[in-house]
Order: sequence, then C-alpha cells, then structure tokens
Amino acid sequence: MTQSYFELFGLKQAFNIDLAILESNYRKIQSESHPDRFVTSTSAEKLASMQLATLANEAYQTLKNPALRAKYLLELRGITAISETNTAMPADFLMQQMEWREALEDAKAARDLDALDSLLSEIRQEAKALKTELTSLIDEKHDYTAATASTRKLIFIDKVCIDINKVIEQIEN
Amino acid sequence: MALLQISEPGMSAAPHQHKLAVGIDLGTTNSLVATVRSGLSNVLPDEHGHALLPSVVHYNADNSVEVGFDAQKKQNQDPHNTIVSVKRFMGRGLKDIDISQLPYKFTESAESTGMVQIETRVGVKSPVEVSAEILKVLKTRAEQALGGELVGAVITVPAYFDDAQRQATKDAARLAGLNVLRLLNEPTAAAVAYGLDNASEGTYVIYDLGGGTFDVSILKLSKGVFEVLSTNGDSALGGDDFDQRIFCWILETAKLSPRNAHDTRLLLSKAREAKEWLTEHAEANISCMLSDGEFVNVTLSTHDFITLTANLVQKTLSPTRKAMRDAGLNVEDINGVVMVGGATRMPQIRKTVAEYFKQTPLTNLDPDKVVALGAAIQANVLAGNKSDADLLLLDIIPLSLGLETFGGLAEKVIHRNSTLPVARAQEFTTYKDGQTAMSIHVVQGERELVCDCRSLARFELRGIPPMVAGAARIRVTFTVDADGLLSVSARETSSNVEANITVKPSYGLSEDEITNMLKASFTSAEADKKARMLAEARVDAGAIIEAVTAALAADSALISAEEGTAIKAEIQRLKTIAASEDADAIHQAVETLNQATEAFAAARMDASVRKALSGKELNTLDL
Repeated sequence: MTQSYFELFGLKQAFNIDLAILESNYRKIQSESHPDRFVTSTSAEKLASMQLATLANEAYQTLKNPALRAKYLLELRGITAISETNTAMPADFLMQQMEWREALEDAKAARDLDALDSLLSEIRQEAKALKTELTSLIDEKHDYTAATASTRKLIFIDKVCIDINKVIEQIEN
Repeated sequence: MALLQISEPGMSAAPHQHKLAVGIDLGTTNSLVATVRSGLSNVLPDEHGHALLPSVVHYNADNSVEVGFDAQKKQNQDPHNTIVSVKRFMGRGLKDIDISQLPYKFTESAESTGMVQIETRVGVKSPVEVSAEILKVLKTRAEQALGGELVGAVITVPAYFDDAQRQATKDAARLAGLNVLRLLNEPTAAAVAYGLDNASEGTYVIYDLGGGTFDVSILKLSKGVFEVLSTNGDSALGGDDFDQRIFCWILETAKLSPRNAHDTRLLLSKAREAKEWLTEHAEANISCMLSDGEFVNVTLSTHDFITLTANLVQKTLSPTRKAMRDAGLNVEDINGVVMVGGATRMPQIRKTVAEYFKQTPLTNLDPDKVVALGAAIQANVLAGNKSDADLLLLDIIPLSLGLETFGGLAEKVIHRNSTLPVARAQEFTTYKDGQTAMSIHVVQGERELVCDCRSLARFELRGIPPMVAGAARIRVTFTVDADGLLSVSARETSSNVEANITVKPSYGLSEDEITNMLKASFTSAEADKKARMLAEARVDAGAIIEAVTAALAADSALISAEEGTAIKAEIQRLKTIAASEDADAIHQAVETLNQATEAFAAARMDASVRKALSGKELNTLDL
C-alpha cells in the first residue's frame, strides 16, 4: 500500500485535521478489516485483515497525536524532525526546559501534587501555542524548517508530560 | 462486507445454518458456559440446574477425574489431589506463588519451561492440563444442551493477564478439544453484556474483582463499537485473598499452631463461607472440628472483617487510578461503573468504589454470570451467526512489551494500552564477523530493568547470512494479535533472507509438550483418527472452495483475468486432490490455494474499506 496515513482515512495532508472525521473513519475501517470479522475466513483473508487492521491502528495513533502527526507530515516531505545529528534547540527553549526540569525535581522532592498539576497545565498551555504555530507554519506558510523546530519542541513537551505523570504516580502510590 | 460463512471441521457445510458457539468464563473460583439462543444470551446449567461449575479438579487413584461440585466435596479430605484455583498457577513459575499456605506439592517442569507443575497421585499435572479438565466438562455440557458439535468458543481471560498466562489458557482449550475463536478480556466481555442490554453510550469503567484476579478497564461505547481506552489490574489479587485474611484471623484468634493441609483447606472453606455470610449479616460464626480433635468456635463481626481487609480493598484503587490517568479522564467523565465478579458483592467494595467514582456502581446484572454472557454474544458474532454484525470490540494490550538491551535494560517496543492488533519492527545488527545467529529476549512489564519485568520468551534467530560485523540489517517484527498473543518474525533486509526463529517460552509449554499431552489424551483407535483427519481435511477444502468461488463471483473485477484464471486452476486442482484419501495432500492443496488468493484477499479488503469510507458501491470506485 503506497497511500499515506492521511489518504487511508480520507483526509487531506495537513496539520489541522478534523479529529471527529479521523475517529469516525478509523472506526469504519476497523469495522471492515478487524480480525474479529474474519475468524472463520480463509487464511489469506485473515492475513489481509491483520495487515490492514494493524496499519489502521498505527496510522490512527500517529495522526491522533499532534506531535506525531507533525513529525509524520514532515517525514512525508523528506524531513526527519528527530535525528541523532540534529538535536539543536533554540537557547530560550533550552532555558525553559531546564526550568521545567527543575520545577519537576523540586515538586518531586517535596511530594507536592498541586505543584505538579500546575506545572502540567503550564506545559499544556505551551503545547497549545505550539499547535497553533504548527497549523500556520505547515498548512499556510509551508515553512518546514521552522515547523521542524516547533515539532521537536512538541515532542519534547510530550516527554516531559510523561515524566511528570510518572512522578505523580510514584507519589500517589 | 458480508462475512463469508465457512464451516468448521465436523459441521455440515450448509449455508446460513446457526453455528453452535459458546462463551466460556474460565474463572479462578467458578467457571461457566453460555450461548446465544433466539437472540438471547443464556448461561447453560448442568443437569441439576447449577450454572456455576466450581473450578475444582480432583484426581482419583483409579485415574478418573472429578470436576466441580464432586471435586469440591473432596477438597477437605484429599487436599493434595484436589486442585483449587488453578488459574493462579497458569503461566506462572514457582517464585511467583506463595506456596506456604497451599496444600500442593509443586515442581517446576522438567523440560525447558518454567511453569509450575503439581504432583498428584496420578502423576505430575501442569496447570494447563488441570484447566483443560474444567473446559472439557463445560464443552460436554454445551454440546449436550445444544445437540451438536461446537464450532468454537470464546474464552475469557483477565485483561491484565500477560502473554504467558494467555498462551497457557489457549493451550488448555486446545487440550480440551475446543476451537478458540478468540481470547476475550473479562471486563470487555462484561461491557458487551452490559452495554448491549442497556444500549449505553458513553465512557464506562468495568471494575472486575474475581476469585483470584483484579481488572479495571475503561471503555468508550459508541454505536456498537466498544473501544477499550485503558486497562490495569493485579493478576494476583482477588476474593481468595479475603478468605486468606479471615483464615489468618482464625488461626490468631483461636491461637492455633500452623496446620496440616487438611485443616488448612477446611479452615479456608470456613473462611469463605464466613465472607459470603457477612455480605448480608452483621456477624459470622465459624465453628469446626480439626483433625487433632481440637474444636474451633469463633465469631467474626462485619466491623472486624472490614478492618482486616481494608488494605486489600485499597489495593484495587491504585490500578484504578492508573487506568484513569492512562485514559486521560477524570472521575466526572465517567458515565457508569459496572461491577463484575463475585467478590464485588462485598459491601465494603461497593462502598469504596462508590466513594471514589462519586456514583452508585451498576450491579443489575449477576456479577458471576455477566462475563460468560458477554463472551457468548461475541462468540455468536465471531462464528458468523449475525450476518450484519454491528458489534465491534477494539481491545488493547495491558502490559508493554520490551526487549533486553545492554546492561539488563528493557527497551519498550510496544507500549501498554496500544489497540490490537499491533505490530512494531526493530532493526538489529551483528557484532561479530560471520555471525549467523542471535538471541532476542522479550519481556513484558513497565519497569526499566529486565529483572523487574516478566520474562516471556527467548527468540533464537538462525540463518542470518554471514557478513562483516555491523553489516547485517535484521528487521525483527513483533506482532500482537487480537488475542493479545505475541509472535515474532525476522528478516535480513540487505539480502532479504528470512531468519528461522525458535521460541523458548519462559513460563509456557513447548510445542512438544503439548503434542505429547494431546497424544496421551487421544483414546480413539488409529483408524478412527485417520478417517477423522481425512473428513476434516475435506471439510476444510470444501469451505475454502466455497469461499473463494463466492469471492470470485462477487469481486473478480478487482483482479486481472490471468490472476482469476490462476486461482480457478488452483480451485480445480484442490477439487481433484480432495477426492483422494490423502489428508496431508489435501491440506497442502488448501494452503496453496490460500497463497494463490492472498493478493486477491488484500484487494478485496482495500475495496471494502474504500467503499465504507465513501459510501459508494464497489463498481463506481476508481480502483
């Protein structure tokens, strides 16, 4: 199959997509291709079902997540957003990263759940701004160089959020 | 796309005939079988009207086996040979089990596998064999009630079961002669029974505390699609633990010294009775005569029972919070909380759950039966009895899969809560010149160190073309199917050579062990077996011919004339071979026809998806 994840769901290649259509078309595809529909079918049909259902899951997870969606869009344009040779981040973002990490360590040491919650919402605000920026950079200005930098920030933010949630989990246990 | 109706071995190939399919809840304490008849899911009772079959197996000296109530009666007098709660041992090693309180003699499997085995008077039994005895009874019960051979069964497993526990369950079914249509997660099954009954839409929590396992799943229900958002649990926490707490309390209160196996079993039974009594009473009297003539007579109050078990109840909240966090939901987002499992009858559980979710949990379906009822509904759909199936379950993998890397670290390949089926590829290379083999250790769990995760299997790759170190590119694909079971394939990408893989399961049975068990369980004469194999091969051949012919009639426009001719030739070839007496040759010809139709099947799949998305008819599509 040579079509992109976007075409699979009948969507245009864009950062700003209609998530309701994505979800409803994902469900339509799974209704047709899920292995549960082919339990008593021939093994050739089971194989085809397994392949398409797996692809649909992978594609859905990629497009649903803004950071992964942006990364995938850039990859379709031949740009690798995250690579080992390309890890540079703007100085101001590096400063902010360090502040977040420090705030995380402090809250962890103090076992302060409220501080972690407010850190999470601060970071989510930043993520929201980045998403608006990416819509403009990718869909309107087609400025993929700038979009790559924003995508890397968004991927980084996802990682920080996962780490914060891990700490919250540790404290709650 | 309409489902093609294909018969299983032993069934007649008549189209549109109702297929006999059942749902089986293989529980720690009790097991049940249910089926859909006239559109309604019903639990099938035994000849005495009992729906529940106690999951107890007793081995007699004459090699006969009793299962259920008869076995339960023997557990106090013959504890060593009466296996209770065998589900706790499925896919488990010796170090996973607290053997101090159990009356069994455990050994680890003599062969490569690490699953515990139990020494009985009739020999060493694997938990897989013990579970198969329970399944055989349910299979017979269903076949007698329904008057025919079963097409297959959906068997439920705790959502939090790992790969080894799932595989052990599937092996047990195979040993019992059951065709497994699907392994279905217990909370998902409960959601199906509940959701379809109530035509519910929204986000639901299934809180499932069974005899030996705790599961919590969060599902989004919308127009017949059940999408599992997250799942969590504890595969070693259940109603049994509450019995255990009462048992310890009795020992302490009555100042008893550690007891022999007989007394332990007796007191555990009494503990269980007391627990059930306390659901509707303020206190429970526990009295019995021990083997040394000592008489026990103590009274347990509800208050003391709640205090004794408070931390067990709290222990269920931690997985519940994790599941909520993984789903990205707050308590206010939950439309309903469904209680599943006999242990949720305990008032302190209902109270705790109600307080956490700030709403009264739903208990209108029998918590003992709801899992089997849901499994039966899914079995009916999977068997193809509902031609226009609007029920679709999108389930997830409960625990992350990872690989052992340098320094004993686990690198995650497939993350927990990924929707099934899921596949991930990873590239490896060789570190020595001319290296032709490598070993991949797959683990399951969330922790960072391999030793803190559960070892699933070691995959030995062989047949890598010899190259200089670092030149080979070995692409290993990990696939988890809709049963939640892992398979691994590997290919050297620069030479496109498929590597051979041998699996060494860490806590499972090897293929040889299963084959030996199957052989031992065969009682029919050699001639019968041959006749049966031939009959089955012919049914298989008939089924695929029918299916492919129907597919060609409907969709031959999707392939070229040459491809169509090639497939037709294979059909013809299979028809000729099917008339012979050679079952192996028939199987091979079936396989050849299958391979010949792979591209056609993929094209039909694509076309049906395009049609579903566009709402257009097939022939108007620009293919």
